[in-house]
Amino acid sequence: MPSTDPGHLVYGFDIPAERPWSRVLKRGQTLRIIDSEGEQAVDALIYAAADTAERYSAQDTLRVQGSAYLELGTRLISNRGRVMARITADTCGRHDTSAGCCSCESNAVRFGEATRYLHACRENFILELSRHGLTKRDIVSNLNFFMNVPIEPTGNFTVLDGPSSPGNYVDVTAEMDLLFVISNCPQVNNPCNGFDPTPIRVEIRETAAA
Amino acid sequence: MSAASKAERAAANRRRYEELRAAGQELKQLPAPTALDGAPIAADAVVQTEQVPPGWHTTVRLSRGEALRIIDDHGRSSVSLLAWRSEDPTERINCADTVKVQWSAALSKGRMILSDMGRVLLAVIEDTSGAHDLLVGGSTADSTLSAYGEVTRNTQANFISAAAKIGLGLRDIPPCVTFFAPVTTDAAGRFVWHAARKHAGDFVDLRAEMNLIVAVSNCAHPLDPARPAATAPITLIRHRLPPPAVDDVCRTASEEAVRAYAFTDQLFA
Ligand SMILES: [Zn+2]
Repeated sequence: MPSTDPGHLVYGFDIPAERPWSRVLKRGQTLRIIDSEGEQAVDALIYAAADTAERYSAQDTLRVQGSAYLELGTRLISNRGRVMARITADTCGRHDTSAGCCSCESNAVRFGEATRYLHACRENFILELSRHGLTKRDIVSNLNFFMNVPIEPTGNFTVLDGPSSPGNYVDVTAEMDLLFVISNCPQVNNPCNGFDPTPIRVEIRETAAA
Repeated sequence: MSAASKAERAAANRRRYEELRAAGQELKQLPAPTALDGAPIAADAVVQTEQVPPGWHTTVRLSRGEALRIIDDHGRSSVSLLAWRSEDPTERINCADTVKVQWSAALSKGRMILSDMGRVLLAVIEDTSGAHDLLVGGSTADSTLSAYGEVTRNTQANFISAAAKIGLGLRDIPPCVTFFAPVTTDAAGRFVWHAARKHAGDFVDLRAEMNLIVAVSNCAHPLDPARPAATAPITLIRHRLPPPAVDDVCRTASEEAVRAYAFTDQLFA
C-alpha cells in the first residue's frame, strides 16, 4: 500500500499558467502535482523512459479499474499492459481520462472559429514532446488531473467546474522510469480552469522503499 | 488584463459554455435507430464483401463518400475499429474528441467520429444498435489472460499487426471505438454491460468523410460476460453511396457537426 511518508524532496518547480513541463521520474519516485491556486486542470502524458512507444493507455487503465474516473489507488496502465505508476495520494478526488486535451482544432469545432488561435494543450504537448524526439503521433488520450467530467448513464458528458481547492494535490508514484509530460491547461472556454488558468507546482520525492 | 475585464470575459465564456451544452445535449435532432431490416444495399452499390472470423482482423481502404457496413450477424460479436487518413496517417481517430465535442459518450445514428484535427473521419449514417463503446477499448493479452486463463487472439495484438502491414507501429495506435459493445457508466462511474442491447443482425453504416485506412478487429469486448463463447464471424460490406443531401442528418445534427464538416470539406475544396 502507498506509504504515507512523503519522502524527501529532490525537485520542485512552479509551472506558470498555460505552460508545459516534462521530466524523467525514476522508478520509486513520487511526483506531487499541486493545484496552487485551485480550479486548474492539469493534462498529463506518460511514457516509459526506456521505450517511448510504451505509453499511458486511458482505455487499458479504465478497463482494469472497471470505472470511468481516476482516484486514490488507481494503477496507470501502459499500452503494453504494464503498471506504469499508481495514484498514491489524492486530496481532490476528481480526475478524468476520457476527455482528452484541448487543441486549436477541437476548440474551433466546439466553441467556434474565433477560438482557433487560443493557446491549447496539444500545442504544449507537441512542443514539449519535440524536446524528446516525439511528435503528434505520440499524443494519445491523456490524464486530466483535477478535472471533473461526469459521464451519465445516458452517455451525457460534460466538463464541469474545476473541483480543486488551492493546495489540493495528487501523488503519482512511478513503477518504472517514466517520461512525465504536463500541459498546464490554457483552456478558457470551459469551466475546467474557472475560465482563468493559474500556476501549478510539481515536486518530486524519493519515496521510502515499500 | 484588469480584474474587472477578466471577470467579464469569464462570465461571457461561462454563458457561452452553458448555451453550447444546452444545445449539445438536447439531442432532439438525432434520428431513431435503423430497423434491423432497414436500409438495404443495392447489389450494384457493393464494392467488396468480407467475412472476418472470430479473433481476426482486416484492413479496408475507403474513399471519401463510400461506406462500410459492419454486421454483427449472430449478435455475439463486438467490433473494434481504428481509422487513419490515407494521405497523412498522423491524422487518425480521436475517441476523446469524438465524445467531448458531441457532449456524449453514446455513439448512435446521426453522430460523427472525429479525427485529432477537428475533422470528421466517419459518419454513423445507419445504426440499429446505438450501443457502442468509446471509453473502455478492445481486448488485450492481459484482458484475455485474466478472463480465460490464457492469452488468446485479441484486439491489441490485431491492431499492432494491422498497423504494421500498412507501415505503422505502436505509436500510431490510439484508443479505439468498439461497435456492438453496450457499455454505460452507472452513477458511481462503474462500467455496466447491457447484454439485452445486442441483437443478431445488428449493423452500422459508416460513411467515410475523407480517404481512410480502417482496421477492424473481431474480438469479444473485454467487459462481455458471455466470453469466450461470444465468438462468431462478422460481415463487412464496402459500398458506394449517393452524395449526401444538403440536409444530411450527420452534417446538420449540431453546430459542432456543421463546423467539423466545414473544416473537413476544406480538405477537398
Ligand atoms: Zn487544455
